[in-house]
Amino acid sequence: MTRVPSPEVVVPRTGYRIERFTLGNGLRVVLAPEPGSPVVGVAVVYGVGIRSEPEGRTGFAHLFEHLMFQGSANLEKFEHFRHVQGAGGTFNGSTHLDYTEYFQTVPANALERVLFLEADRMREPRLTPENLLNQIDVVKEEIRVNILNRPYGGFPWLRLPPVMFDTFPNAHDGYGSFADLEAAVIGDAEEFFDRHYACGNAVLSVTGGFAPEEARRMVERHFGDVPARPAPPRPDLSEPDLAETRRHSYVDEAAPTPAVAAAWRVPDPVADLAGYLPYVVLAEVLTDGVSSRLVERLVLKERLATGISGHTGFMGDAFDVLDPTALVLQLNLPSGGSAERALEVVDEEVERLAADGLTQEELARVQARMVALLLRDGDAVIGRGVRMAVLELQRGAPGLLNELPALLTSVTPGEIRAAASRLRPGRRASLEVVPGRDR
Amino acid sequence: MSAVTSGLVRPLPELGPAAPLVLPPQAETVLPGGLTVVAIARRTAPLVELRLWVPMAAVDIAEGALLAQTLLSGTDARSATGIAVELQAAGGALDGGASPDRWLISGNCLASSLDRLLEILADVLDGALHPDYEVSVERERLAHRMRVVLSQPPNLARAELLRRVYGDHPYAVDTPAPERVDAVTAEDVRALHGQRMRPDGATLVLVGDLDPEEAVGLVSRRLGHWAGPGGPGEKILMPPAPRPAPGPLLLVDRPGAVQSSIRLALPASGRGHRDTAPLQLANLIFGGYFCSRWTENIREDKGYSYGPSSVIDHSLGGSAVMLSVNVATEVTAPALVETLYELGRIAALPPTSEEVEQARRYAIGSLSLSTATQAGLAGYAATLAGFGLRLDYLTAHAERLAAATVEDVHRAAMTYLGPGRAAAVVLGDVERVERGVGAVTATEVRRSPSEPRTT
Repeated sequence: MTRVPSPEVVVPRTGYRIERFTLGNGLRVVLAPEPGSPVVGVAVVYGVGIRSEPEGRTGFAHLFEHLMFQGSANLEKFEHFRHVQGAGGTFNGSTHLDYTEYFQTVPANALERVLFLEADRMREPRLTPENLLNQIDVVKEEIRVNILNRPYGGFPWLRLPPVMFDTFPNAHDGYGSFADLEAAVIGDAEEFFDRHYACGNAVLSVTGGFAPEEARRMVERHFGDVPARPAPPRPDLSEPDLAETRRHSYVDEAAPTPAVAAAWRVPDPVADLAGYLPYVVLAEVLTDGVSSRLVERLVLKERLATGISGHTGFMGDAFDVLDPTALVLQLNLPSGGSAERALEVVDEEVERLAADGLTQEELARVQARMVALLLRDGDAVIGRGVRMAVLELQRGAPGLLNELPALLTSVTPGEIRAAASRLRPGRRASLEVVPGRDR
Repeated sequence: MSAVTSGLVRPLPELGPAAPLVLPPQAETVLPGGLTVVAIARRTAPLVELRLWVPMAAVDIAEGALLAQTLLSGTDARSATGIAVELQAAGGALDGGASPDRWLISGNCLASSLDRLLEILADVLDGALHPDYEVSVERERLAHRMRVVLSQPPNLARAELLRRVYGDHPYAVDTPAPERVDAVTAEDVRALHGQRMRPDGATLVLVGDLDPEEAVGLVSRRLGHWAGPGGPGEKILMPPAPRPAPGPLLLVDRPGAVQSSIRLALPASGRGHRDTAPLQLANLIFGGYFCSRWTENIREDKGYSYGPSSVIDHSLGGSAVMLSVNVATEVTAPALVETLYELGRIAALPPTSEEVEQARRYAIGSLSLSTATQAGLAGYAATLAGFGLRLDYLTAHAERLAAATVEDVHRAAMTYLGPGRAAAVVLGDVERVERGVGAVTATEVRRSPSEPRTT
């Protein structure tokens, strides 16, 4: 993609040095050395996520992520945690719509140890009925604390997709129903591993303080003999755009005040990055800070909302998500506030933007802030490590991380206007939270 | 039962030699108005992080919070929107927060725009108008946010615990009640700004892609004229806070709750104390990180909880160990039993040397990890500055961690972590959990959450 940055912004560039190669077994590897850094980040991402789950097994991708921490061929339960934290490091995993990530940040002297840990579970996790039952309980507690026992739990990221989408992969609850979680058996886990956790469906990234030649040898030593298995075919996620507006509401007993979220489909983030970028920027033009269109009018002037946020991707993952996805707005409303009125004003402001456009100055300042935030996220070795791994997994282009600042600043006022003209009420899915006490 | 079939035993690679913590170059000065300025180079991204710590002792938390919320609401030179526009153009942001100890104004921007960020900061520190209309809008938003915060069981449970531990001390309330926020006037905020948003006692920390000496020079030019009313004022100190003290467990009713929120507070030593490094290790072994005994017991073995946490909170008025865990209603009493058991075990029996070594490597490694980013380093440096400390504290602390023996760790655990020293609160469905909890420990029941205290 060739684009020219707008002249108003001095775009700082990152020049992260990136090497990529593929092992004989199909594992893709991204190395981004930064000599002198005292820490390294190791990330493994697999091309499996919530949208890969079979029917009747909602929440399984996330449950399986938990199982990947329960030991592997050469590691007892608890050992992964102890070896990472006992080296002075941190670890975590996270399940997204289209990928699942596992990552560690450790002092640089622990690199080889972490590569060993990741390779061992890529080769052969310990999938036992005891661990499965234990982690079903843990996941149920996670759902209770994050969703069931909390006001606005899962709003809008779990609640809005079923309003917008009709097919199981796109619409179902990614945390899972308790019935589906409890029905899971060890055979499901083995099958899921065999199908999705293939090294041909994975990317390893290493970022931070290491020597690339040495790291490459370590990667080959530990991952080279992981059995070759190809990635499964990608699921067909395609769905037509909405033909008419969709609007739902639900009662949240714990919520003290109303809220509303709205979403519109956007172009394919991978196949049509040029068409998608204006929507990424548009979300910020509408919602980033007091000087943004919607905050200024809805929060400061008319006091119809108390807080507004907006982004592309249901999980706020603009560059880590596959099609179909959406631009999502979320508005917190004051007590007794009207979701209908708030959405009317959103429509008016979007129409005004589509009709009158915006100045280069307004656009340039929004872009400047977006670039700063992007660079800030990438300042942590593991922040850029995970991002590069996902860019490799989904696009074969980890170096896009270095290009994103320039790409974001190359979006023009005309493109923003055109994108705004597509956020019509007739293409919108919206969801209102009704507080229990207002029912 | 195991799916393990390969049979090939692979040895775990040894760790390489650990690198010592290297402190970045920095410069420091005190401006005529009393503001301490610390600039630290960390050139990993073309950005600068900013933290301004201003002491807030003896300030009402609702007034302090609303002041922070309206700091960017306009000056003689700039409107609220104007400030937002200029910040955005700098790739920047500023945001104020309040806690009983301090205001913390946090920001960041593109390194090329640091001068602009400082110019705006100077303008609002000296000239924030806190206009009536903007204060009324922000008051409503703040009250709304507090209402949402206090509708969440984990936060409610914490609020109950703080009230139980701290009584009349300012630390009893760190989330102001919405009703208190509603009662604050624009006049109150403007008066407070004039009296207490002052440079003497405050510290500004800059971290990022900068030359420390040049950055200090920039700050001197932009903030050199910032002065408190009437010159340096009398230093107002946070009074010492009560130490957590044992008593009957307070069980607060939340009918229909699917989980119980268990909270405990234990005493802790302060940052400078000789017990602090050993206590940190003891707390890690007990419950302070993922491979702690408590986590392995109630999460990985019994599946009672998603994630227990035990952290040492250092505040200017005192320190405490704060335990927090949310568990399914039906396992409330057994989870409490395991918690008290693990506290008893760490206090009564010495840890193994492997446990101490593992916790030690984690604690020392964490110092490198948490200061490896610009934002992490800025946060650390500002917090230390609030206690009158500098980054060299980290080196000294790493040495104390390295020197702590098994006996030191056991002694600290016995001194601070015994279950007999804990103040405890459980928020949950009384009807379903009272019998079990009452059988485990002396319990006092309150049927409805208390009204948030007004100060």
